[in-house]
Amino acid sequence: MKITNRNRLTTALTYLLLALLGLFMLFPFYWMLRSSFMSEREILTVPIQWLPSSLKPDNYISAFQKAPFHRYLLNSAFLVLVNILGSVFSASFVAFGFTRLRFRGRNFWFAVLLSTMMIPYSVLMIPQFVGWQAVGAYNTFLPLTLPAFFGSAFNIFLVRQFYMGIPKDYDEAAVMDGAGYLTIYAKIIMPMSKPALCTVGVFTFMNVWNDFLGPLLYLDKDELKTISLGLQIFTGQYNSQRGMLMAAAAVCMIPMILVYFFAQRYFIEGITFSGLKG
Amino acid sequence: MQKSSGGARKKGSSAERKQLLWGYIFIGPAIIGFLCFSLGPILFSLFLSFFKWNVITPMEFVGAGNYTQLMGDSLVWQSLKVTGLYSLLAVPLTTVISFFTAALLNNRVKGISLFRTIFYIPSIVPAVAVAAVWRYIYDPMYGLFNSVLRLVGLPTSNWIYSKSGVVPSLAIIAVWAAGNTVVIYLAGLQGISRQLYEAADIDGAGPVSKFRHITVPIMSPIIFYNVVMSIISCMQNFTLPYIMSDTKGGPDNASLFYSMLLYRTAFKNSQMGYAAAMSWLLFLIIAILTVVIFKTSDRWVFYESGDRS
Repeated sequence: MKITNRNRLTTALTYLLLALLGLFMLFPFYWMLRSSFMSEREILTVPIQWLPSSLKPDNYISAFQKAPFHRYLLNSAFLVLVNILGSVFSASFVAFGFTRLRFRGRNFWFAVLLSTMMIPYSVLMIPQFVGWQAVGAYNTFLPLTLPAFFGSAFNIFLVRQFYMGIPKDYDEAAVMDGAGYLTIYAKIIMPMSKPALCTVGVFTFMNVWNDFLGPLLYLDKDELKTISLGLQIFTGQYNSQRGMLMAAAAVCMIPMILVYFFAQRYFIEGITFSGLKG
Repeated sequence: MQKSSGGARKKGSSAERKQLLWGYIFIGPAIIGFLCFSLGPILFSLFLSFFKWNVITPMEFVGAGNYTQLMGDSLVWQSLKVTGLYSLLAVPLTTVISFFTAALLNNRVKGISLFRTIFYIPSIVPAVAVAAVWRYIYDPMYGLFNSVLRLVGLPTSNWIYSKSGVVPSLAIIAVWAAGNTVVIYLAGLQGISRQLYEAADIDGAGPVSKFRHITVPIMSPIIFYNVVMSIISCMQNFTLPYIMSDTKGGPDNASLFYSMLLYRTAFKNSQMGYAAAMSWLLFLIIAILTVVIFKTSDRWVFYESGDRS
């Protein structure tokens, strides 16, 4: 009797604390959506109005009229697509070499690759920029797409860990049948590692969609700008038109949230993987 | 490991050679990527840091001039102060609150998966949109915080628009967006064996003592790893302060983070050599911090197997 009472109290307290913290997590989204449906007059009302009087999409329409958001969205979608292709290919391909083949120098190169994870981007930013500018790639998508095809240490590491769980018997059986390494990679190992490749894919989506510094460095022409960069410029220009600004912010956020809801499990797997190495 | 025994070697040498060739074909992209996007740029950046270069006129060798100039640059010191203060606030706050949240989420109560979803969302949404929304929340006149404070009759604040308020205001957003750390801690907590707690129950240990003597020691390697990562990312904080201060780092340079000054020096003022030296100073600071934390870690990080990696 006493124990159930105490349990009930603990549960109630857990819920209370979770609700308070959950409220803290959610209120900025509420604030953004609320304001995105309000006219300027409603927004400036004192005392504040908690909910919009109607759900008219006026702010969304005027945001798309004031700036080419459709263009920004398309650019971001294009970059996301190319980067997913590049990073899924490179991570699965390179990880194959690091796990399915034995050769001199393999461990050395793997250690070299891992060490690149420690280099802060601040150090690479300037020389990379100078390099891209020297080859005439400023104001092109090249600096924001090409590197993905050479693999990032994190993605390769993630796929490698997954590959190591696939028994060597598969490779050996394929070799018996006369299959070459490319066939084993493309027909056997890669199709078996869909979960790991999906994790790479969703993280690439997130990193590219949310990237701000990369586009800021390399894209100056308006027709090339991504959604994050476009929104930043918009923020500077229409600082006082808060309803429209919040509508634009929502446009930038919503695709990311949708992807999260559809691919939540891959996000959680990837994050857990990245944080438990310690 | 790579050497096979003498007899097998002759037989396997053509297979070995084939593996060597294909091995490098497969890891080739990563090697090329390493040379072009990591090693090359690092060497070039180091080289650049000993020159004066404004991109247009030829480079001029200045020896360690850029580095000595850094020491006397008051803006550099100001940005280091801002970045350091932010890290001092944000790292402990996110660590403690994330850990506490993860412990709450580790309860087996109904609807817990919904809460897990909610806590993670802030960490995946675009930083630029986050900055736009929080800037409005912090607006002194029409923002949410001051509106609520006024409504309940409490004193208001200028938040990101005051010199003393801007860094703490940014640290609050860091706590809000720390959902990925929550997920990591939660995964760690879920990995702790129930038997340990049951054994402690038999010994009559209360919840507080179980937390102190089981949960924290077992989680300490994960906490340690995440504290290191969190410091590294705080030291490079850029997007939020850049947008929330309209790229300026105001008021009065109170939110001029090191990375913002670095960006401005390189890409607005075209002082490429000086900026390269700045980036090496940042690298050095991060490296020193990491080494110091590693050195002190054996005092508080507990490894189950007894050895330290």
